[in-house]
Amino acid sequence: MPAPMRAKGARGARPKIKNPMQLLKRVMGLLMKNYAIHIIIVFVCIIFSVIANVQGTLFMQKLVDGYILPLLEKAKLGESVSFDGLFHAIIKVAIFYLSGALATYIYSRIMVTVTQGTLDNVRKELFNHMQSLPIKYFDTHPHGDIMSIYTNDTDTLRQLISQSIPQMFNSAITIISILISMFTLSLPLTVVTLVMVGVVLIVSKNIAGLSGKYFVAQQKDLGGLNGYIEEMIEGQKVVKVFCHEQQAIDEFDKLNDKLYNSAYNANKFANVLMPVNAQLGNLSYVLCAIVGGVSVLSGMGGGLTAGKLVSFLSFNKQFSQPINQISMQLNSIVMALAGAERIFGLLDEKPETDEGYVTLVNAKEQNGKLVETEEHTGMWAWKHTHQATGEVDYVKLTGDVVFDDVDFGYNDEKIVLHNVDLYATPGQKIAFVGSTGAGKTTITNLINRFYDIQDGKIRYDGININKIKKADLRHSLGIVLQDTHLFSTTVKENIRYGNLSATDEQVYAAARLANADTFIKQLPNGYDTVLTADGGNLSQGQRQLLAIARAAIADPPVLILDEATSSIDTRTERIVQDGMDKLMHGRTTFVIAHRLSTIKNSDCIMVLEQGRVIERGTHDQLIEKKGKYFQLYTGNSPA
Amino acid sequence: MIKTLAKNIKEFKGASIATPIFMILEVVMEMLIPLITAKIIDEGISGGKISSVWIYGGIMILCALISLLVGYMGGKYGAKASAGFAKNLRSAMYRNIQTYSFANIDKFSTAGLITRLTTDVTNVQNAYQMILRICVRAPISLITAMIMAFTINAKIAKIYLYAIVILAVVLAIIIKCVMKYFSQVFEKYDKLNESIQENVSAVRVVKAYVREDYEKDKFAKASENIRKMFTKAESIIALNGPVMQISAYSCMILVSWFGAKLIVGSKGIEMTTGDLTSMFMYCGNILMSLMMISMIFVMISMSMASARRICEVLNEQSTIHNPVEPVYEVPNGSVEFKNVSFKYNDTAQANIIDNVSFKVKSGETIGIIGATGSSKSSLVNLISRLYDASNGSVLVGGIDVKNYDMDSLRNQVSVVLQKNVLFSGTILDNLRWGNPDASEEECRKACQLACADEFIEKMPKKYETYIEQGGSNVSGGQKQRLCIARALLKKPKILILDDSTSAVDTATDAKIRNAFATEIPDTTKFIIAQRISSIQSADRIIVMNEGRIDAIGTHDELVKNNEIYSEVYTSQTKGSGDFDEGGNS
Repeated sequence: MPAPMRAKGARGARPKIKNPMQLLKRVMGLLMKNYAIHIIIVFVCIIFSVIANVQGTLFMQKLVDGYILPLLEKAKLGESVSFDGLFHAIIKVAIFYLSGALATYIYSRIMVTVTQGTLDNVRKELFNHMQSLPIKYFDTHPHGDIMSIYTNDTDTLRQLISQSIPQMFNSAITIISILISMFTLSLPLTVVTLVMVGVVLIVSKNIAGLSGKYFVAQQKDLGGLNGYIEEMIEGQKVVKVFCHEQQAIDEFDKLNDKLYNSAYNANKFANVLMPVNAQLGNLSYVLCAIVGGVSVLSGMGGGLTAGKLVSFLSFNKQFSQPINQISMQLNSIVMALAGAERIFGLLDEKPETDEGYVTLVNAKEQNGKLVETEEHTGMWAWKHTHQATGEVDYVKLTGDVVFDDVDFGYNDEKIVLHNVDLYATPGQKIAFVGSTGAGKTTITNLINRFYDIQDGKIRYDGININKIKKADLRHSLGIVLQDTHLFSTTVKENIRYGNLSATDEQVYAAARLANADTFIKQLPNGYDTVLTADGGNLSQGQRQLLAIARAAIADPPVLILDEATSSIDTRTERIVQDGMDKLMHGRTTFVIAHRLSTIKNSDCIMVLEQGRVIERGTHDQLIEKKGKYFQLYTGNSPA
Repeated sequence: MIKTLAKNIKEFKGASIATPIFMILEVVMEMLIPLITAKIIDEGISGGKISSVWIYGGIMILCALISLLVGYMGGKYGAKASAGFAKNLRSAMYRNIQTYSFANIDKFSTAGLITRLTTDVTNVQNAYQMILRICVRAPISLITAMIMAFTINAKIAKIYLYAIVILAVVLAIIIKCVMKYFSQVFEKYDKLNESIQENVSAVRVVKAYVREDYEKDKFAKASENIRKMFTKAESIIALNGPVMQISAYSCMILVSWFGAKLIVGSKGIEMTTGDLTSMFMYCGNILMSLMMISMIFVMISMSMASARRICEVLNEQSTIHNPVEPVYEVPNGSVEFKNVSFKYNDTAQANIIDNVSFKVKSGETIGIIGATGSSKSSLVNLISRLYDASNGSVLVGGIDVKNYDMDSLRNQVSVVLQKNVLFSGTILDNLRWGNPDASEEECRKACQLACADEFIEKMPKKYETYIEQGGSNVSGGQKQRLCIARALLKKPKILILDDSTSAVDTATDAKIRNAFATEIPDTTKFIIAQRISSIQSADRIIVMNEGRIDAIGTHDELVKNNEIYSEVYTSQTKGSGDFDEGGNS
């Protein structure tokens, strides 16, 4: 009984792999890194268990010739018989068997440790590495694909480690030991057997090839059908509204029939493989019996006797099993290596680089000079260690942000921001307005270095942000994203995410500041209510309030706010707005604004269009100008 | 449950019956072959008769060929039956889903339906193939081997009987322990994957708050926990192999000892050495079959949950049915609500819509406004009978909506849903959902009305532009405009816009409304919106509050007399309205 597992296309198509041996080596490397001794013990145990098995088979042959027949002769002659010899032999073989079974248990048990330990390591390594990857990685890789590495690919890796590798080794040892035994019995018959093995391998390969071809088709058709189902069920309500049911069924039937055909063929050939191999094994048996029988009886067999032939035939029968094993395992090994390739693919992704050396420290003023301190003073300073001299400078963190002629593109070919200049003095509120795709969100993503700019400079309190350690830079910036991401834990922990060392009191205070306190108290368990994945059990507005509270508890000098555009009703909107206003008070704020009040209250409004700042100024100045802003404000197209 | 599933075997009944028959034949051959090999050895080689080797060798090859044929047929029909069964299941589910009302769809959730149609069907398909191929084969093989063993020597064969009982008990215990652990561990495993998913989608939050290390620690703990639980579960499974080995070996040793004693004691009368060899062979068969049975048991119990989920979909009855003698013609676009109450399910206590009555003349434009949860959408969904009113009646063109043929009604009452979707295909394909026979000219006209043509014309392939699944390659505002155009192509008597211009900028929104007023004046229009500006010019405005109508009137009347409306109006004009074009930037 194999470990119950969740079949996720485990018998899929045989994919193409560039460097199978190198991958296998790397997988073995993963195993050997922590479990070298374990693996050695496992191999020794496997050898031991195989030998015990072979010994058992040999004993069965000796049983008849060596013990029963002589005793029978004696009994027939009326002599007294003693079973002592047989008894001793049986005890001996029982010990063999027992130690064989023990060896099997030991290696199975150790393999569990090795498999689970390695998977644990792989998972952690994947996750840790993933955390270090730049945002760009997540932009360019579908989230489903990333997830599949953690689920499907590690699952095939598990099968490789726990089943395929030990079984391959087991089969190989069995084959070798049987082969040696066969050789010692008869060389010509061994050759006959090996020829038949060759036939088995060729036939299996062809059938597996056919089956593989259909498995590829099946996988493709399954993907096609699943995609269709997903799309149509997602839009089922629209299907109903447009009375499109019949068309939906017709298209579905086509895809469904296609999948049936490929699934039928793929499984047919896979099912046929076993009986074909078994019967080829029988054929090999008959061949050896005839060839051996003729040579024994005609006296031309060399040293071959009837007894030896019988032993040989029983080895011949045992030989086909490990061969079949290997041909079956090969497929899953290839599958697993394909998974391993994707796992290593993620591990080989280049992590986010960080050559910053300016750090953020607590500071206090002593005799008019900034001094670093351990305690939390509420005052922060940038600690600038000059590389050449080792001298240390402290610059007070104020929230002075300057963009100097910045160009940016998600890739080098397509620049989306052109020559952006921007200056925000401490405590100022800068609003970005402009239509979708104008580059508002992009600009804010540059300040915290989610992306690196192609050209120009961004300075923070006079320091080029490239020189600031990313972690410290981001610590100094609070951010409320448009899509609120919450974690499936309690409300309290979600708020505390902004500052892990915050006390419960501080959490409540932040919630009050964000106007979230009222609704949280109405939740079934108040602050201890566990949110479902991504806060699905809260309304849009409530989720935003939590995000604001999370930013509030971090208490950063600089804020980046992406106002949500979603249609929350006017009352909730006002509560959210009020929370945001309180949060912005006294901080340098960059806000991607959609609400008139936010914009009007800004110190400076930047109007963006197609990656360029086309207008800047206060509300009154821009209205005066009667340009794009005026257009947006009045909702009138220019005549 | 089995009945529901079995109904869907249909044309694959033949294959489903043939498969086990061929598998039984294969077992028979499997049992015959050891007998023949014994003959080859005893009569041929040990007996020194080369002719026997030839004869029995020939018979064996014949048997092998038959066995091959039978095995092939069994494999083929097994594949056919299971793939066909899966096909029929999917088809039956999908067809039933098409008859679902909105209430049915809400009950299952989209993700739930998708899993049932995909993963669950695959699980059942695999289990079905196992059942057909091995479920019959393994017990038969076990029984025949037992019978053979008993005919050779009942006394010795009893050893196998004991072994089976002991092994069965041990395997059952192992399975039980393991299943318990695995259901726990899979739950944890799902949680872990959920947290990975969270980290992938919320990567910006993690990075913005520099919580990488925190997440790593959290993950390491969870992963470690899973390692421990898996190790526990699989340690039990690791017992499986040795237990099997020990039982097999014990049988061999016991059979050797007692067999030898019997042969020698009876001077070869009660049992021969050839018999002993055959006994060993059956030992292997018996234990293998037992192993198979335990494996199927696990497989089946694991697919049970999937089967249950599939049956839920198959057995679900649509909550809305076409009337027996339906009305196919909608005379005009007038709408009347008569004391209508509505709740999403019968068990719910409070009504979502509570005793609402109003009348709308054909061609009127009605604005609807109200806070989230005030049941604006629920109200309009009753008009095209997407849900049935729990009490009271909804009349369209003077006739109760329950008397209409549903397709006719929905073709005349065009709804632009709040959560709308586009489908993969060209813009034209999408538009023609509204009317499959619409000419390109008609499509263009509809797009002009919905102010969609301006951006379509800017696209390189214009109306042939391919829309990705879910409309991911157009912005929120563009998507909404396409959805409006699609609904317009129905040439409906009643048009319902459920917050359908929220991501469209105010200027365009105004243009669309103007076009509606001048181009389709006879169509009754319901406009749900958050923005006052979207409904300001409507003939009448309905203000919804907690499932009731708070007031009906024109903009000017409401500003003066209605508290809720005037409050929203002041807040939006005094600086809180949507400013620029929204959507997902």
